[in-house]
Amino acid sequence: MLTIQNLHAGIEEKKILNGINLEIKPGEVHAIMGPNGSGKSTLASVLAGRENYEVTEGSVEFLGKDLLELSPEERASEGLFLAFQYPIEIPGLTTTNFIKTAVNEIRKYRGQEPLDAVAFLKLMKEKMALMNIDQSLLSRSLNEGFSGGEKKRNEIFQMAMLQPKLAILDETDSGLDIDAIRIVANGVNKLRSKDNAVLVVTHYQRLLDYIIPDFVHVLYNGRIVKTGKKELALELEERGYDFIKNEVAEEVVR
Amino acid sequence: MDNFQYIREHFDQLQSSDTTSGLRAIRKKGFDSFNRLGIPVKHEEWKYTRISPLFNKEYKLNQHTSVSAVELEEIRLPGYEQATELVFVNGIFSFPLSTIRSNQILVMPLEEAAKNEYKDIVSKHLGHSSKYQKDGINALNTAFVKDGVFIFVKKGQIVEQPIYIYNVTDSRSGNVLSQPRSLVYVSENAQLQIVETYATLGLDESFTNQVLEIIVNKHARTEYYKIQNDSAHTNQVSTTHIRQIAKSYTHTVTISLNGGIIRNNLNLVLDSEYCEGHLYGLYLQKGQTHVDNHTVVDNVKPNCFSNELYKGIIDEKATGVFNGKIFVQPQAQKTNAYQSNKNILLSDDASVNTKPQLEIFADDVKCSHGCTVGRLNEEGLFYLQSRGIPSKIARSLLLHAFAIDVLEHIRPEPIREYVDKLISERLEFDGHD
Repeated sequence: MLTIQNLHAGIEEKKILNGINLEIKPGEVHAIMGPNGSGKSTLASVLAGRENYEVTEGSVEFLGKDLLELSPEERASEGLFLAFQYPIEIPGLTTTNFIKTAVNEIRKYRGQEPLDAVAFLKLMKEKMALMNIDQSLLSRSLNEGFSGGEKKRNEIFQMAMLQPKLAILDETDSGLDIDAIRIVANGVNKLRSKDNAVLVVTHYQRLLDYIIPDFVHVLYNGRIVKTGKKELALELEERGYDFIKNEVAEEVVR
Repeated sequence: MDNFQYIREHFDQLQSSDTTSGLRAIRKKGFDSFNRLGIPVKHEEWKYTRISPLFNKEYKLNQHTSVSAVELEEIRLPGYEQATELVFVNGIFSFPLSTIRSNQILVMPLEEAAKNEYKDIVSKHLGHSSKYQKDGINALNTAFVKDGVFIFVKKGQIVEQPIYIYNVTDSRSGNVLSQPRSLVYVSENAQLQIVETYATLGLDESFTNQVLEIIVNKHARTEYYKIQNDSAHTNQVSTTHIRQIAKSYTHTVTISLNGGIIRNNLNLVLDSEYCEGHLYGLYLQKGQTHVDNHTVVDNVKPNCFSNELYKGIIDEKATGVFNGKIFVQPQAQKTNAYQSNKNILLSDDASVNTKPQLEIFADDVKCSHGCTVGRLNEEGLFYLQSRGIPSKIARSLLLHAFAIDVLEHIRPEPIREYVDKLISERLEFDGHD
């Protein structure tokens, strides 16, 4: 589904990713962990197409297409979704209107008829129930005055509405208490299927208690330095990131 | 013949043809002021809006032309079926083209009101705006006051349907200078909504110099909406002077979408205790349109409240000006006055000059002001795009969202929908309900 090869990228002269290789297949859950500054969020941003990042080397293939050639909206329409670490507040634009426009623009891209009001409402009600979201929240301006938990739930609600092939969760657990994490994780788990995949970007292991990964990758200095099963996350939690840093240092010495 | 000589001749003609009118004295005063003050050139209040070049062109003043009802059709605003429609052509009120659909209001030529039982009201209130517009432009309008209307709302009348005022410029046979001038008096416990718009027939240039004065009495409520969506070859100075002479409520929204040079003067004089006034404005500009909003909130008496929000979206080579004055006079203790001006510039050639100006002479007041000038929020744009919304639509959604907190204050529904549609079209937006 997603094949990243030797990806180098940075922002304004500063190199952040130094040759990422990663393969994600349908049905899989991958977790990317790493210390602060290792390039986790940069990877998420580059995949979603954030403008100010520059790819200097390497390739990313998504469902047979050259992802890096596509605009952010085309990536979304092809089935990529990024749950933002810091969802943006947009006063004056209701969540409902926003999500309706998004759903129908993606349908248009795929050559489908727009959903009519009834069908849209039905879909929305279904996903609202899934995410425990109240109608009143959706008639308010997008994320404006939402609590941290409401913002993150709204992200997963959007994901539920757009039904992506690959969802990237960028530090979705940051700033959430344990109850909120459980709700968010629960939403993600209900959306999992053999056809779609999830990439969880996180600093801490705790989200992975609820969204069980098939693979855990450790990102350090812009490279994946270690890959393992879910036990690797527990090991990191226990030993901290220093043991990874030391291992990398030893390799360099050798 | 230059304009000034032409103006003098017209003035002399008007005064000699109208020897009995109660308006003679005020016109004389206006003409003298105009001669003394002239057209503003190096005037602090006109720093960013140069109108003197407009006076290098020749105009026909207060020209009578005939406009047919059919020609009016496309100018009419939605909801007109219920509204009282007042039509001015080249500044001259046209009874035949107007339709008064409410028996709760009286509409009569200002000239008549200056003679009949309303003459005391007219002489007391007409011309109060000149205290705030101390320039030759306001005086020039006053020098020719004659063909406007006097609108009177009786005590306790809650006028259910709005008054629509159409200022039509007929420039099909030469450049036109129009000077609409009217007076509105809202009595105790009465309520009134006014919607005013501007339209031009013809391709020659025009300059509209308008003054509308509104008096609001005890416990009365007045809403005033101005919609400017005229052609690029039309210029205007539009002065709206609202004086709240007893505890009362007012609400104004000024929408500027198209035109050449537009200068709006909005004065809100809180001339009694416990008055409340809301002022909203939205200017959405492109091409070379120049929009200048000069507002004055004058807190004369204690315990008044005012809230002001003006927003601008400026594209291409357009220029915007916002100047918001708040005066708090020495005895106006416990004043609450808020002001905010926010601007988005969409091109490198667009510009805006924004200036809050607070002059506070009382010590127990709450006043705040703020202004911002920026670009479209890039983070917001990426957020929308990342959900599959193409950048063009994402841009218009964001701009529409920016405009909405002014738009939502247009209370007559057909007018709000109409303006919303104009704005959505401007923002090249479709697929939004």
